[in-house]
Amino acid sequence: MTPLIATHGLSRNFGGLKAVSDVDFAILPGEIRALIGPNGAGKTTFVSLIAGRLQPSTGTIAFDGHDITGMPAHRRVRLGIAYTFQITSVFANLTAYDNVALAVQRTHDDDNHRRGARAFHRAVMSALERTGLAERAEQLAANLSYGHQRLLEVAMGLALKPRLLILDEPTQGLSDSEIENFIVLVREIAAQATVLLIEHNMDCVMRLADRITVMEAGRILAEGVPEAIRANAEVQRAYLGTVADG
Amino acid sequence: MKAANVPAKVWLLHAAVILLLAALQFLLPAYHHGVLARIMVLAVFAMGYNLLYGYVGLLSLGHAMFFSAGLYGAGLTMLHLGWGVPAGFVAGIAAGAVLALVIGLLALRTTGVAFMIVTMMFAQVFYLMTLYYGDWTRGDEGFVLPQPVRAIAIGDWRLDLSDPSTRYWAAVALFSIVLVITAAIARSRYGRVLVAIRENEERTRMLGYDTFVSKLVAVTISGTICAASGAGYAVLFGYVGSTFASVQYSILPLLWVLVGGAATTLGPLLGTLFMYYVIDIASGYTTAYLLIVGVALILLVLFFPKGVLGSIRARWIGWLP
Amino acid sequence: MSFGPHLLLAFLEGLVTSAVLALTALGLSLVFGVMRIVNVAHGEFFMLGAVVAWFVSSMVGGHPALGFIAALIVSPLVVGAVALVAERLVLRRLNYNPEATIVATIGMLYIIQQLALSLYGPEARPVEAPFTYRIQFPWFGYSGYKLAVVAAAIALLVATWFLLTRTRIGLVMRATQYDRETAQAFGIPVDRVYAGVFAFGAALAAIAAVLIVPISQAHYLMGRDPLLLSFIVVIIGGLGSLRGTVIAAILIGLGDGIISAFFQPTLAKMIATLLVALVLVFRPQGLLGTAAR
Repeated sequence: MTPLIATHGLSRNFGGLKAVSDVDFAILPGEIRALIGPNGAGKTTFVSLIAGRLQPSTGTIAFDGHDITGMPAHRRVRLGIAYTFQITSVFANLTAYDNVALAVQRTHDDDNHRRGARAFHRAVMSALERTGLAERAEQLAANLSYGHQRLLEVAMGLALKPRLLILDEPTQGLSDSEIENFIVLVREIAAQATVLLIEHNMDCVMRLADRITVMEAGRILAEGVPEAIRANAEVQRAYLGTVADG
Repeated sequence: MKAANVPAKVWLLHAAVILLLAALQFLLPAYHHGVLARIMVLAVFAMGYNLLYGYVGLLSLGHAMFFSAGLYGAGLTMLHLGWGVPAGFVAGIAAGAVLALVIGLLALRTTGVAFMIVTMMFAQVFYLMTLYYGDWTRGDEGFVLPQPVRAIAIGDWRLDLSDPSTRYWAAVALFSIVLVITAAIARSRYGRVLVAIRENEERTRMLGYDTFVSKLVAVTISGTICAASGAGYAVLFGYVGSTFASVQYSILPLLWVLVGGAATTLGPLLGTLFMYYVIDIASGYTTAYLLIVGVALILLVLFFPKGVLGSIRARWIGWLP
Repeated sequence: MSFGPHLLLAFLEGLVTSAVLALTALGLSLVFGVMRIVNVAHGEFFMLGAVVAWFVSSMVGGHPALGFIAALIVSPLVVGAVALVAERLVLRRLNYNPEATIVATIGMLYIIQQLALSLYGPEARPVEAPFTYRIQFPWFGYSGYKLAVVAAAIALLVATWFLLTRTRIGLVMRATQYDRETAQAFGIPVDRVYAGVFAFGAALAAIAAVLIVPISQAHYLMGRDPLLLSFIVVIIGGLGSLRGTVIAAILIGLGDGIISAFFQPTLAKMIATLLVALVLVFRPQGLLGTAAR
């Protein structure tokens, strides 16, 4: 099967700092892949390279077999790569509804046949319902709690109908019950899309991931199924004391 | 998403304003009649500026060049090439559109403070060009478009635009058309994308929108509207001079939009109206009347950043367009 | 006069321009470097310096040198005080937001300029140079005062360099420029540093104006050209860099001098402005600066 994303020798330097160093990575369609590692490992930089927020210093990225290394970010979104920000980046002065509407508008612009206002409304509410934000649709995004803003990020990602959804620390600030709902949501999403998930919450990771990639200091340290990673001595060393908390 | 009667209220409001302006044709004494015609044409300039500043959030300090492109585009073709009013007007608008496209391609590579400085410098170059090519433009002194030239003649029928009454109707027409255009853009999907870019450009990009193209289109439309105002000014008031290309005419639209309320459709008209009269009255008392402009800018930016209509919309009338 | 001497004359004129420009632009550059704001009213501080100099020297009788020295001391103090007031009343309340600051400083520009028009008038008035001494070159005579201006400017630039790099105040300024939050965390009173820098920048412009006013006269619109030229210098030299500012001022001052001697001023200004705008578009860190943090 052609990997949905494949990177070869991908690197990104900031001056002297090698934030991402010579990474060969592949993710298959339909997978839920978790990307874990200590702070500063380069996880967000890596997924930003995939999403197109950053340009690589060297290396290539392929999406479904096509080279997208030089492609600007907005075109990658149209191809089907959606990224939710690690540092919440919603439209603070717009309502939750309007936030998601902008994402839906993008996909409706792409579909050539005209969809009515009702189909539009349903698409927006559907994304809000799936993330549990339906009652908060008319609230200003700035007035939502931090955790709900993160869910709004996810809702926007969903509304783009992506083939690859990149979630960057989505459960930060969520309560335990919200995290439970979130796990159910991700399994639902994975039925139709591929998910690449950066997470520190190990419980989440172990329950969701089909495979786990561990990064440290810009390189891939280990890759495998959750049990293998849990048992991996290198991985334990890298985390040194922060293993297995939620 | 909101009740369906909002769009109706909005269009009614715009229609009411236009009808009011039309009615004033018959009610105003001669002096104010002429002033209001001038204000309406300059309000078009402000509306063009508002599109870029209010909706996209790009503060340009060089919009005098777009106004002047229209002014000189119409003025020069009519004076030196003998073109008629319709052709001259179109020439002015076309000049503005082309200039805006070129400037946009260059200036949009910068953001924030650099964008302000770059636009200011390009406008300064334009101003210097109007001085340098003084053989044609008569520089600071400027030139007058004689009355006979400022008329639309089709066959035997003749519309004299220097006639105060006709001139007023032309100004109302120009204003109304541009008002409807800006209101339509503000409510359209494209308008929402512009606001999104203003609020959070990177997010908008990561939702799949080509923000550079969206901004470029906005700059071009903005420049074209401002050029329409300039061309209209040349045709209706008959005077073309370098002063209109100077930095002062880049700052005035900013002032008018700030006073009236950025990102509101009727704010530009209100701001132009108010400040025009304030400056008019002040210049009766002192040569240092631009002092008012300085004080106004500081008071606005300190205490009323949303302007009149912007504050009203925030506090009381949420549906105000 | 043949080409060689003509060029020398243009060179000397350019040197004077560079000297004054370096001081003025340095003020603008420091304000941007430390406070990250663009002060569009900077040219008006320059003009104010000249106007105050005229007032002072016309009040102080006796030998012109007395009036001049008095002006040299009083003018930067007065202008610095005006700048301080503006900073406290307006800029600080805006929290130094870049866009709002530009609008506010445009407002300040109009206020200062138009007040000068009302109180000083629209005429251009001369100030007598402290001494008149002509240096005789083989091909032409040249004003000794102008050369003194260059010397004074160099002295002031060196003094400023010393202040920035060798004193505690300078260290505090550079720390605030480098990283405002960390400076605050270290107990540096950032607010007071900002006020001081803004006043200092204005004072530099004022001193430059006092130096130049015996050569060109004091006029309420004289702030326009220095503002534009300072902008150009700061953009080319890289914002916030003292060395870049000085080098760029020399380049542009000399360039302006030489080009004005041989080309029409409007055309020269046109090309210069266009080139600088393009530099800003394609190389935003300037020719000599480093990319913004």
